[in-house]
Amino acid sequence: MTALLEARHVTKAYGAGLVGHDGIVALQDFSLALEVERPRIIAIVGESGSGKTTLARLLLGLVAPSTGQVMYHGQDLHRLSAEQRRDFRRDIQAIFQDPYGVYNPFYRVDHVLTTPVRKFRLAKTRSEAHGLIEDALRAVGLRPEEILGRYPHQLSGGQRQRVMVARALLLRPHLIVADEPVSMVDASLRATILGSLRQLNRERGISIIYITHDLATAYQVADSIIVLYRSVLVEAGDVELVVKAPRHPYTQQLIASVPQVSTKRTWLDEQPGGQRTAETAGGCKFVSRCPIALPKCSEVAPQPRPTEPGREVACHVAAPV
Amino acid sequence: MNQPVLRVEGLRVAYDHPLGLVRAVDDVSFSLTPHERFGLAGESGSGKSTMALAILRMIRPPGHIDGGEVWLEDTRLLSLSDDAMRRLRLAGIALVPQGSMNALNPVLRIRAQIADALDDHGTSLPKRDFEKRVRELLHDVGLPPEVADMYPHELSGGMKQRACIAIAICLRPKVIIADEPTSALDVVVQRQVMATLARVQQELGAAVVLIGHDMGLMAQFVDRLGVMYAGRLVEIAPIGQIITAPRHPYTQMLIASLPSLESKGTMQGIPGLAPLLRELPSGCAFHPRCPRAVARCSAERPELRDIAAGAQAACHLA
Repeated sequence: MTALLEARHVTKAYGAGLVGHDGIVALQDFSLALEVERPRIIAIVGESGSGKTTLARLLLGLVAPSTGQVMYHGQDLHRLSAEQRRDFRRDIQAIFQDPYGVYNPFYRVDHVLTTPVRKFRLAKTRSEAHGLIEDALRAVGLRPEEILGRYPHQLSGGQRQRVMVARALLLRPHLIVADEPVSMVDASLRATILGSLRQLNRERGISIIYITHDLATAYQVADSIIVLYRSVLVEAGDVELVVKAPRHPYTQQLIASVPQVSTKRTWLDEQPGGQRTAETAGGCKFVSRCPIALPKCSEVAPQPRPTEPGREVACHVAAPV
Repeated sequence: MNQPVLRVEGLRVAYDHPLGLVRAVDDVSFSLTPHERFGLAGESGSGKSTMALAILRMIRPPGHIDGGEVWLEDTRLLSLSDDAMRRLRLAGIALVPQGSMNALNPVLRIRAQIADALDDHGTSLPKRDFEKRVRELLHDVGLPPEVADMYPHELSGGMKQRACIAIAICLRPKVIIADEPTSALDVVVQRQVMATLARVQQELGAAVVLIGHDMGLMAQFVDRLGVMYAGRLVEIAPIGQIITAPRHPYTQMLIASLPSLESKGTMQGIPGLAPLLRELPSGCAFHPRCPRAVARCSAERPELRDIAAGAQAACHLA
């Protein structure tokens, strides 16, 4: 059984190849496999510069890995035949952060929905096309009569983002890669948009890769979670395990940093130690901010190792050999 | 009882629009005591950022303040001359803006930007004193002295926001208005920046108005919270009360919409959309989205009234 989409030891460096320059490594030795039969929601969590957007772009085939491969049904993304490429573009859909930038302000909103229907010949007649579009809009909780015929500026950010989810849905994909889909919408609307993603997963068997910097929404939406820190995986596993009992010191720090609606006001008290400093060659990426680092940590980079069923951690202290 | 340092009374802001007047802030009143941290929360378009600009008299046409008064101690801000108001900004009330990346001048070193702020307010210092002051300010916000020689693009997001805080406190203001100061930052950095803001505020004895929509941040940072909806304050109470017993259905839903790290499946969106300010619903502006609305809610607008000690809500049912 080949995976729907698989990343095998993928590394992406930007700017490499210039004289005397190794480039900036955006993502390092990353592997992940998704099967059609087991639709899941995977959250990829990390701060700016962790490599999460690079990962999204690699999985969508928008950039090529420096080393390693991304495979669609066992075939390297950059060696797909024209027909396979067409299937890939239909099967894997993307939702991006900015619900403003993806629309052409001169076209009605309908344009982003009719274009895929036309290009992929999803409908034989106009009325069939219209039916498909209306169904997709309703599936994400929008009323077609309030959306169709309008211009992008007449919709709210949340509506625009849900239209993008509807657009992805039109193509009946197996996977949606959503890169920060709610970071630009209001808190009150986040829940609704993420709720629609979850519903698509449950009811239509669509896998979702949810890329975010927001640990709390990741916890609410995802089945499993991958935490990235400066281009490497630090902890991955079942969302309940990772969020409730984080093992990697970075994951612990990340979780402690989320301000909670609580009358316990300890958030401003204990401060995480250590400032981010310049890259150390070789060792663990987190060593300069790590409260429990050993001498070994600045010399040898830890590899992800299973600590228990459903979790792996890359840390010499939390997951020793 | 402490004398209030900042008092906003019945403040109103309107924007001229081809289809009529749009009321962005309607009859908002609150006051801050020295040292107090006050939060203003609400969705986009609720008028919270307009409030920040109105307090600083920085509303630009087609917007204008068309009612109410803002007092900084004994000074009425709305009747000051433009020049006096300009001098009072930063010195009396300072703003820590939302996008620190856009607030700093990209072609000036941080030192020059601090010098600008001091010079503009007639507090230029001799060179040696100035250098000392710059070092102190950077130290106060947890930045190394080398930052003075750097340009904004050489700083990370968190460092830029700290540099903005350093400029904001350089004239020892009595009130600091922070408009979503950490919305562009990662959580770990957000926590460090907010801790910095809390510390400098305590050292200065300044009051802080924190504007934002993250109820988690409000819960952890402010002493008292005002919740805005469609340009009006709908609830104002000590933060502990708001969290444990929110009175206004909108506040309740705002809290429920926040994803928790403690239990799954608790996040609920607020149905519907914030109303357009130029076509506000009759009665209570929230009634079309309110699960508990009764007939009275669409007919009569609820006024803000006392419901407990120090707590007010504008809801017929509270």
